[in-house]
Amino acid sequence: MQTDYFLFFFLWHINLVESTDPFSALLLPCPQALLRTAKASSSRNAVFPATRAMATVASDLVKPTKYGGKYTVTLIPGDGIGAEVTESVKTIFKSDNVPVEWEQVDVTGVVTGNSHPEELFRESVNSLKRNKVGLKGILYTPVERSGHQSFNVALRQELDIYASVVLIKNMPGYVTRHSDVDMCIIRENTEGEYSGLEHQSVPGVVESLKIVTKMKSERISKFAFSFATANQRKKVTCIHKANIMKLADGLFRTTFHEIAKSYSQLEVNDLIVDNASMQAVSRPQQFDVLVMPNLYGSILSNIGAALVGGPGIIPGCNMGREYAVFEPGCRHVGLDIQGRDQANPTALILSATMMLRHLGLDDHATRISQAVYDVVAEGATDRFYRKVRTKDMGGNSTTHDFTDAVLKHMERQ
Amino acid sequence: MSSVRCLSRGLSFASPAFRTRSLLIQGNRLYSTNKVAQFKGAKNQNGNYTVTFIEGDGIGPEISKSVKDIFAAAKTPIEWESVDVTPILKDGKTTIPDAAINSVKKNLVALKGPLATPIGKGHVSLNLTLRRTFNLFANVRPCRSIAGYKTAYDDVDTILIRENTEGEYSGIEHEVVEGVVQSIKLITREASERVLRFAFQHAEAIGQKEVRAVHKATIMKMSDGLFLSTAREVAKDFPHIEFSAELLDNVCLKMTTNPNIYRDILLVMPNLYGDILSDMCAGLIGGLGLTPSGNIGDECSIFEAVHGSAPDIAGMDLANPTALLLSSVMMLQHMGLNSHASKIQKAIFDTLAEGRALTKDLGGSATRSQFTEAVVAKL
Repeated sequence: MQTDYFLFFFLWHINLVESTDPFSALLLPCPQALLRTAKASSSRNAVFPATRAMATVASDLVKPTKYGGKYTVTLIPGDGIGAEVTESVKTIFKSDNVPVEWEQVDVTGVVTGNSHPEELFRESVNSLKRNKVGLKGILYTPVERSGHQSFNVALRQELDIYASVVLIKNMPGYVTRHSDVDMCIIRENTEGEYSGLEHQSVPGVVESLKIVTKMKSERISKFAFSFATANQRKKVTCIHKANIMKLADGLFRTTFHEIAKSYSQLEVNDLIVDNASMQAVSRPQQFDVLVMPNLYGSILSNIGAALVGGPGIIPGCNMGREYAVFEPGCRHVGLDIQGRDQANPTALILSATMMLRHLGLDDHATRISQAVYDVVAEGATDRFYRKVRTKDMGGNSTTHDFTDAVLKHMERQ
Repeated sequence: MSSVRCLSRGLSFASPAFRTRSLLIQGNRLYSTNKVAQFKGAKNQNGNYTVTFIEGDGIGPEISKSVKDIFAAAKTPIEWESVDVTPILKDGKTTIPDAAINSVKKNLVALKGPLATPIGKGHVSLNLTLRRTFNLFANVRPCRSIAGYKTAYDDVDTILIRENTEGEYSGIEHEVVEGVVQSIKLITREASERVLRFAFQHAEAIGQKEVRAVHKATIMKMSDGLFLSTAREVAKDFPHIEFSAELLDNVCLKMTTNPNIYRDILLVMPNLYGDILSDMCAGLIGGLGLTPSGNIGDECSIFEAVHGSAPDIAGMDLANPTALLLSSVMMLQHMGLNSHASKIQKAIFDTLAEGRALTKDLGGSATRSQFTEAVVAKL
């Protein structure tokens, strides 16, 4: 029954939404409904015949529960501009009476004398495990401190939120060097170059392991194809470097093409990552849905963000079988503009509206995202009759100005 | 050099006075105590340098002819020695013929057109083979906007140096159990130091004030961390050159947003990042058909066009020789033939800027030979 409901939700969603909100028709395939991660099969290899898939589709569906008519959502503001943009989201949610209660955990990656970062990190993981849904800013990762794994990566690995979705699309009214860009970057989030396995063989010689597994390649490919299908996308491109890393990226690419056979309605191709980067800056319009291992995702989402106007407007999320954490797609901490009221809250607000859609709160999502797009598109004016644009978009407005403008637009709707 | 900024802004030469101190890393062999990769070639009895020419496949011979014609017109003191590098399998390994190896080893410098990588098992890419054979440890990739060919970006002028021998391209991979593959990224202090030292010396030679290491040490703390810490140590030997470090994500973002901020910064990075970023920069100015490349080794250096061999238009006189021409200009700079280099470079840029003899890929209708003639006329 639940699966049926979910499918209905997909279809209903596609038909209902007709607005200028570029992301309004975004449907996230619910990975819990997609895959049962066959943990047993990955540890005991060679038991299954070669044709047997390692990740299989399951119909169970874990939806967050409502208590007292409200969803509890873990909120991790993060470092840098996190506090400011989170405040913007909170204000907007409050004014729209969104039935979401925040459970805030102030984890930080910035090392100070008297804090207990590990404890807070545990607390945030536990909170996410309880609530199943979270909204998160980016945590700072110090380069200097060895042995300290990035909290961002640790969180994704611990919750196994394996699929990162980054949406890159021109915002109407905000002109950049490139137009008609509309691509979705789907990035494997839990292995690859981010495995954290490194060692020094002898002084001055370091090995860093990149791990690629069939199981994880399979589930990210499946995720990408279901995402493309659910959102009526036409093409899925696999990004790799299989000409050099013949085994590792080769496995990723082969697995992708195997999975592709079950989705004959979609156009499928693959590109080498350096070529893809070159194409992205010269003809980004050719891309639709892109699926790739971890590191290439970081590279291409940053290139992509730059094409349409920077990390301040790129929403994203990380989906797993049980948990979903929504965070800005470009993952920049923004320590340099911290506390200056300059940050563009768009990325986090749009990530939050993606979260609302995930929770089935589409009315709220549409109202809020529409208001954000209106502010950008119409160039709402502040009390000095200036266009409301934050600094990254070439304006002088503060984070607060932007939030106020969004609130005003929501009232008007 | 007048108003034309030297494209690769000159590799290093003619300043043997400058000798760097070595790094005092305990227990390790010190890589270098003097200039890395200086051109040591000598003139032959005719007063010319002999240069090995690997003309390549597909459009290779045509664009090579353009280079030869233009060099002859500019009266450069170069004699070409064409060699064939069609790969042979020796003891199951891909190698290039001895004649080619000997020629490059003798002349110490080569110019190379595009090669078609043979498809089939057992063949390593030829480019990789060349790099390994001659130990070409640094790849220099300048990118400069071409007046006359409009893209979304103007005034791009970046220069990027990529470590060429290790990192993600170590080729060490294995399947641990079925369905689980490990690929090893290898970073050594020795190779890092070598390329970083070259980067600083190159910056010095071309008058660049800042060197920036691109890394991902937030995630790869030990491997990229080693590259970064080595960079910091090497930087101490070059107090007059500013050193900074930036995360790969940030560079991708900023380079695509506004490449102009990297005008005065020389970027140096490990293998894979360099591969991706250099092609991305080429994308900013219009593709691989317009960017030169130099592979620098201790003894020999090979300058090449990095675009494909385009077999579909081979022999039709339609190919654009710009990339190979600009690579040959870089080669002249590496050999210390600066005046010839800037003369030829100016002629190429002027012809492109004028826009009358553009080849088809740049939106013009001229043939390769018409373009070549136009450049010769400018000389």
